[in-house]
Amino acid sequence: MSKVEKDEVSGTETTGHEWDGIKELDTPMPRWWLWTFYATIIWSIGYWVVYPAWPMISDYTAGTFGYSSRSEVEQEIAEVEASRSEITDALVTADLSEVKNNEELYQFALAGGRSHFAVNCSQCHGSGAQGGPGFPNLNDDDWLWGGSVDAIYQTVKFGIRSDHEETRTGEMPAFLRDEILEKEQVLDVAEYVLSLSQEGRDGEAVARGQEIYANECAACHGENAKGSYELGAPNLTDAIWFYGGDKETIVRTIANGRANVMPAWTDRLDDSVVRQISLYVHSLGGGE
Amino acid sequence: MSSAPVEKVDVQPVNKKENRSLYVKRKKIHPKKATGTFRQLKWIIMGITLAIYYVTPWIRWDRPGGAPDQAVMIDLEHNRFYFFFIELWPQEVYYITGILIVAALSLFLVTSLFGRAWCGYSCPQTVWTDLFIFVERAIEGDRNARLRLDKAPMSFDKIRKRVSKHIIWLLIGLFTGGAWVFYFADAPTLLQDLVYFDARPIAYTTIAVLTATTYVFGGMMREQVCTYMCPWPRIQGAMIDEESLSVTYHEKRGEPRGPHKKDDSWEGRGHCIDCNQCVAVCPMGIDIRDGAQLECITCALCIDACDSVMEKIGLPKGLISYDTYTGQKTAEPIKKLNVRFIRPRTIAYAALLCVVGSIMLFTLLTRSELDVNVIRDRNPLFVQLSDGTIRNGYTVKILNKLHETRRYQIQVEGLETSNIWLQTEGPRNHDMIVRVPGDAVSAVKLFIAVDPEVMGDESSLDLDIVIKDIVTGKTDSQETTFKGPR
Ligand code: SF4
Ligand code: SF4
Repeated sequence: MSKVEKDEVSGTETTGHEWDGIKELDTPMPRWWLWTFYATIIWSIGYWVVYPAWPMISDYTAGTFGYSSRSEVEQEIAEVEASRSEITDALVTADLSEVKNNEELYQFALAGGRSHFAVNCSQCHGSGAQGGPGFPNLNDDDWLWGGSVDAIYQTVKFGIRSDHEETRTGEMPAFLRDEILEKEQVLDVAEYVLSLSQEGRDGEAVARGQEIYANECAACHGENAKGSYELGAPNLTDAIWFYGGDKETIVRTIANGRANVMPAWTDRLDDSVVRQISLYVHSLGGGE
Repeated sequence: MSSAPVEKVDVQPVNKKENRSLYVKRKKIHPKKATGTFRQLKWIIMGITLAIYYVTPWIRWDRPGGAPDQAVMIDLEHNRFYFFFIELWPQEVYYITGILIVAALSLFLVTSLFGRAWCGYSCPQTVWTDLFIFVERAIEGDRNARLRLDKAPMSFDKIRKRVSKHIIWLLIGLFTGGAWVFYFADAPTLLQDLVYFDARPIAYTTIAVLTATTYVFGGMMREQVCTYMCPWPRIQGAMIDEESLSVTYHEKRGEPRGPHKKDDSWEGRGHCIDCNQCVAVCPMGIDIRDGAQLECITCALCIDACDSVMEKIGLPKGLISYDTYTGQKTAEPIKKLNVRFIRPRTIAYAALLCVVGSIMLFTLLTRSELDVNVIRDRNPLFVQLSDGTIRNGYTVKILNKLHETRRYQIQVEGLETSNIWLQTEGPRNHDMIVRVPGDAVSAVKLFIAVDPEVMGDESSLDLDIVIKDIVTGKTDSQETTFKGPR
């Protein structure tokens, strides 16, 4: 053992460590500190026994309390659901178009709808439901399948061209690819479609396109091109375009057709949740 | 000259620099009882401050509606602060900031005038320590008796005294913690709940913590809190100048000190008879004759002690007295106190105090009972509708600070709009009336649509959203913007 050095002033032994002439005193821990330390050791042994603590090869020690944070979460969720069951039950039996008159129920549905939308719908429609090319903007007042809260509910529940048997269907044919129309004809129809909302299109092409439209397109989009909710055919006369309003995009749409899919949510979400989402979407400002 | 014998106290100022080794435990201080003007003043201030603290939550104040009928209350649950006729909402916390500024400035002003008057008289640590020492003295006797008791072997009497002292200290702590929670709930209800063990755990926890801190700080740590824990002694050096009052020993008059026998002449010697009375009474364990020290809280008990000594030996009072640094420098041994209260520093503090005070008073008197906040939707920034118009969404929050339901009309000013409607009213409904229950906030979603022609080449336009109380016609508004595609 090396010789023990004592500090002159305090009389305490030094550790023998020295930096720049400053020596470290070997001051013992305060007793209260040590006892706290021992107490935590004893506590930890109890903890190993009582709570899940040790990892095993494919499992872990479960502890005598059988505690796990997962079961705690599950229990909490169940409690929250139970506490809400009254209001969710009320929502399931309510007439959707009337919910607005019940302040409490409506606010509940909007708040719930907002968060369920964020979890389930925002991936396609955007976090603000603003959509994108091919994914409808749910804030505007233009609807493919109807904007009443009941129509929205129907859409969310069964989807569009989904694998649910009650799904909504309707399809834009591929006029060029399936050789229904010639390339020139497609261009003419596109010109006509543009003329419905834009002034000063090529007059001759418009006239030719109008004829083709009457034969091929009016069945779905309507004679006045206002679209159809039954078939999900968009209104071609307004300012809103689903895939884009430039000529190139419209030609591509006519040539290759369109058939986007929206899943049916009834198999994945509670009816109450589907209703909350529908009410929320309806409330975004464009609901009919 | 007549003079009565003065007992010389055998006392070491434990906090004197030479006496305080870093390596030893704190020595107990047993301050001797002082009597005199300042001790009297301290009793009175102690009475007043304690009374304010304990009584305030019990003052009733009628408020309409469901609001609590308590004059001073911090309602954390509902985010309200009640102070007599004032009722603050969370967004008005700047009043609290204002109060803190006023408190700080007052402290600066008082410190620059009277030195550490706050520390000596009204700091809670001082007040409660004083109270604890009072209890100690009442049970165990004055300084000498306490010293004897400390040394005495364990006996039934010693245990009895010690136990009863600690029980009373704990009780004081308990009442201190207990009084605190009454500021946060209706006091009579809470008291009942507390007694029946019905109150919320947080109430008991708070009481327990405050009981413990009061007991430990007031009973055990005492001067150590002021010396080691409190930042204020370090800060106040900046507030004090040569003209600030503080407790000082008049060296010129006192020195050279030494014991003095009756009928001895005072020629060629100082007036301090080295009786150590001033050291014995000091709760901070210092000797004021060593000059100004960080530990001194200017409680003036040493003034009282020395004054009674001077009286006994027939000399004028004021060997230790409140004096300024300038006064000390120019001191005649016996002289009149001469303080310049009006100095640039005090004028500055007082002026600032007036400014902040008037701003607070003004805003408090003109604060409205109606408030509107507008938050513009950012996701999406704007929406194009099928008729080509551009629509923006806003969340309008209306605060009704009155205690009754009010109806407000929402108007849009400064922008040519095509359509305005509330989400809950459905599209194209122009009757934009919102009902807000008393003492509450209502949020409504407002949509505004504007023709692209109006937008022109602008990417954003300014507008005002105005809220009007239908009955009184009072309005409040907030400016916001309208965003378009360009
Ligand atoms: S020195 Fe005098 S004024 Fe200062 S703390 Fe001690 S007794 Fe109080
Ligand atoms: S200053 Fe006064 S109290 Fe202190 S020792 Fe001198 S005479 Fe005694």
